[in-house]
Amino acid sequence: MNARAWRPLLLWLLAMLAGAAVAWHSRFSADMSFFLPARPTVEQQVLVDQLKEGAVSRLLMLAIEGGSAGERATLSRALRQHLAARSDFASVQNGEAGSEGAARDFLLAHRYQLSPAVTPARFSVDGLRAAIANSIDLLASPAGLMLKPYLTRDPTGELVELLGGLNAGAQPDVVDGVWASHDGERALLLAQTRALGSDTDGQERAIAEVRAQFAAAVRDTGLGRLRLELSGPGLFAVKARATIRDEVTRLSLISLTAIVAVLVFVYRSPRLVLLGLLPVASGALAGVVVVSLAYGTVFGITVGFGSALIGEAVDYGIYYFVQSGRRGLASWRRRFWPTVRLGVLTSVFGFGALVFSGFPGLAQLGLYALTGVVTAALVTRFVLPPLAGERIDVAVPERAGAVLAAGLRRMHALRWPVIGLALAAGAYLVAQRDTLWLPDLSVLSTVSAEDAARDARLRADIAAPDARYLAVVTAPDREAVLQAAERAGARLEPLVADGVIGGYDSPARFLPSRAAQAARRASLPPADTLRPRLQAALADLPLSADKLAPFIADVEAARRQPALDHHDLEGSGLALAVDSLLLHGPRGWSALLPLRPAGTGDGADIPVARVRAALAGSGVLLVDMKGEFDALYGDYLHQAVVLSAAGFVAIAGLLLVALRSPRRLAGVLLPLVLAVMLVIAALHLAGERLHLLHLVGMLLIVAVGSNYALFFDGSALDSATLMSMAVAATTTVIGFGTLGLSSVPVLHAIGVTVGPGALLALLLSAVFARRAGPA
Amino acid sequence: MIRRLFAGLVLASLAATAHAAFTLDQLMGALAQHPGGRAKFVEKRTLAVLDRPLIATGEMTYTPPDRLEKRTLTPKRETLVLDHDQVSIERDKRTLTINLASRPEALAFVDSIRSTLAGNRAALEKNYALQLTGSADKWVLTLSPTAQAIAAILQRITISGSADQIHTIDYLLADGDRSELTIEPLGPR
Repeated sequence: MNARAWRPLLLWLLAMLAGAAVAWHSRFSADMSFFLPARPTVEQQVLVDQLKEGAVSRLLMLAIEGGSAGERATLSRALRQHLAARSDFASVQNGEAGSEGAARDFLLAHRYQLSPAVTPARFSVDGLRAAIANSIDLLASPAGLMLKPYLTRDPTGELVELLGGLNAGAQPDVVDGVWASHDGERALLLAQTRALGSDTDGQERAIAEVRAQFAAAVRDTGLGRLRLELSGPGLFAVKARATIRDEVTRLSLISLTAIVAVLVFVYRSPRLVLLGLLPVASGALAGVVVVSLAYGTVFGITVGFGSALIGEAVDYGIYYFVQSGRRGLASWRRRFWPTVRLGVLTSVFGFGALVFSGFPGLAQLGLYALTGVVTAALVTRFVLPPLAGERIDVAVPERAGAVLAAGLRRMHALRWPVIGLALAAGAYLVAQRDTLWLPDLSVLSTVSAEDAARDARLRADIAAPDARYLAVVTAPDREAVLQAAERAGARLEPLVADGVIGGYDSPARFLPSRAAQAARRASLPPADTLRPRLQAALADLPLSADKLAPFIADVEAARRQPALDHHDLEGSGLALAVDSLLLHGPRGWSALLPLRPAGTGDGADIPVARVRAALAGSGVLLVDMKGEFDALYGDYLHQAVVLSAAGFVAIAGLLLVALRSPRRLAGVLLPLVLAVMLVIAALHLAGERLHLLHLVGMLLIVAVGSNYALFFDGSALDSATLMSMAVAATTTVIGFGTLGLSSVPVLHAIGVTVGPGALLALLLSAVFARRAGPA
Repeated sequence: MIRRLFAGLVLASLAATAHAAFTLDQLMGALAQHPGGRAKFVEKRTLAVLDRPLIATGEMTYTPPDRLEKRTLTPKRETLVLDHDQVSIERDKRTLTINLASRPEALAFVDSIRSTLAGNRAALEKNYALQLTGSADKWVLTLSPTAQAIAAILQRITISGSADQIHTIDYLLADGDRSELTIEPLGPR
């Protein structure tokens, strides 16, 4: 080997070492970001923030099953006590009495700063008369029992007003003093982690802590028969990561083992097998490095795609070893390298189209595969020859060659049946075109149907907020954002009164802006003014003013109360309610005002257009989370259609330039298009739920399948070439087919589409080959 | 409310036992037979803090065994619905829903009337000691709370009636305030 041959080898070695260093320091992630838009709109940003950091993303729902109701309640109390002592949780609730007392005391103490009803008019003679008369009416009603102890302190009923806002939403049932499911068979707890929803490590720690403390609580109470059920976004994230981690290992192992077995069978030389894997390893490493450098983070699913890459990248080595055996390196380079190179380029165009996707996961898959394929081809072309040496001896059994050639001749007869079948598939696809693609992002979710059902059940039992509709205001600081929230509330209030929406929450409800608090304090008259007004107001009412001394004292005290601050809320249980609706990010502060639909029960919707109209011009953003999700998936799907079409056109253009003949182009493309039609129709017929990754798979069938179709173009094929193609196609089918075993929908879809598609592309190319058999 | 004498048969059976001692089981049996219906009510609340009693009037509808609707018409419209363990109060266009299971003492309080209407002795005896005086024609049932949590709010409930018909319910609260409910059946809807 001379110095010129060593140079690429040295370069390769250095690149691999550098690559290994980069890969070693790469950040791998298995979180939701895979699916979240790379360039979000303002509305989508709200969605992204909520999924990554929102209060709902930090909720874990716990259920205790088995035993008697009393035992479950005992264990629920013990578990709450254990968890509340841990720093991993911002709050742990199980409906125990006592927590509400603290909130009520806080609301009572600060009612004149908190109640929106506090205005100068409320403390006029007429206002006092109306408010007190209303309270007395309330005393006559069953609801009055709750008010009676506070009448002399709070005759205008501010506390009732505030309590009304506290538990406006539905509450879980209570059995034996703790939350329970509707059927009473499970005790329920709700824990909010300190770790963000996007912090999968933190979520994993919190979940482990829940399980550990449950075990401890079981030990304390001796209630070993009871079981813990758990659900929530954090658990999904942790499970998804574990699933992806397991699958990356499992799929790569399956793919690698099967492909190595094929190579051993064909090469019958450990040296050649190892050399053949060199381009693969280089490609996989380069893919990780480039993705890591370009995106900062490598998604686990992207690495999982590696098992397909193994099957695709090993092809080049197979072509080289099998085809160059008898003719030598120089001849191979002249005769076959242009065809291999063209195949590499069609793959590059196919994967490259994905890089432009706004769907970050798809873009990464594209970049990873693109880098991997190019690297594998370059390593095959420049690094393998000096390492392999001139003498490569891969025996091509004469019988195998003859069988392949005979098969090829016979396949020619199949062209009309194939065309008929493809026409039927085409007609089927046209008939089904409206129901072909599932219009729902959730089909890409790794959450199993069983886990989703458990989550839905717990969510319904616990009446957890789904926060589908959010009004969002933003401002540079906390005071400004609270004022904006109050202005938004003023716009929403008429909608509540008209029954357009059922109600809304606001961080300003329990933490009003300083301006609003000051205005309320300024509405309170001094004792000397209040006393005569009260006398006049009570003239016709069955309540005498001399009983209301506590009221006058409280109002006087409230006039001097310092402004309510965030830290005042701590210990009341209300800090959490405020914090979950107030976000502080790099772009300033946002306040979230979740809207509740007017109707109750499932499927109650909010008339988004009417609410938007009412909020128009106020700078309030109304986000329908489900609508945004649907729109997001719609965008991805639309983009995937455009990119796939563009990728197809680019591949066709490339082939036209290379083949310089529309007829030859048609000859290469026809089998590919027929393969795509047959595969998609077959998948749909088989009941596979088709989504955008199957759509992308269609493009990849063309990109990968063209590697084989190209060999049938042009000169006749000898036994070695035929065998190399058969082996290469087998490894590719193994690589992609392995993905079909995955439970990760993204990988599964690509696997079941491209695996059979690549095989079919090879077979159909043989069927439609212009000249069959050895020359 | 709504205690209509409905079937001659029941009437006859009550008459037959009128001279024997009227037992709790007989009363409960008669009440349990009642098919439900509509009644007018007048509720008079006497509160220490107020100078004069508050009067509320309206209609009640009872659907056995566990739905009770109380529609106050004066002085202010308000609808209270007690359905299973769920009580909802609608007032000023706003609905407040309380799950009574989370407040056992409130449940016992509200449930006293419903369990009496349903003739459910077992449910009543969970929270109250029962005492019956008088005859089938004119009986008085007194409920004294046995649980500490209820006794803290309520001294006793006195219910009077004739046959399967309730006439008055008198709540005497722990702080001396009281609420007297007078019921007069209406014809079927």
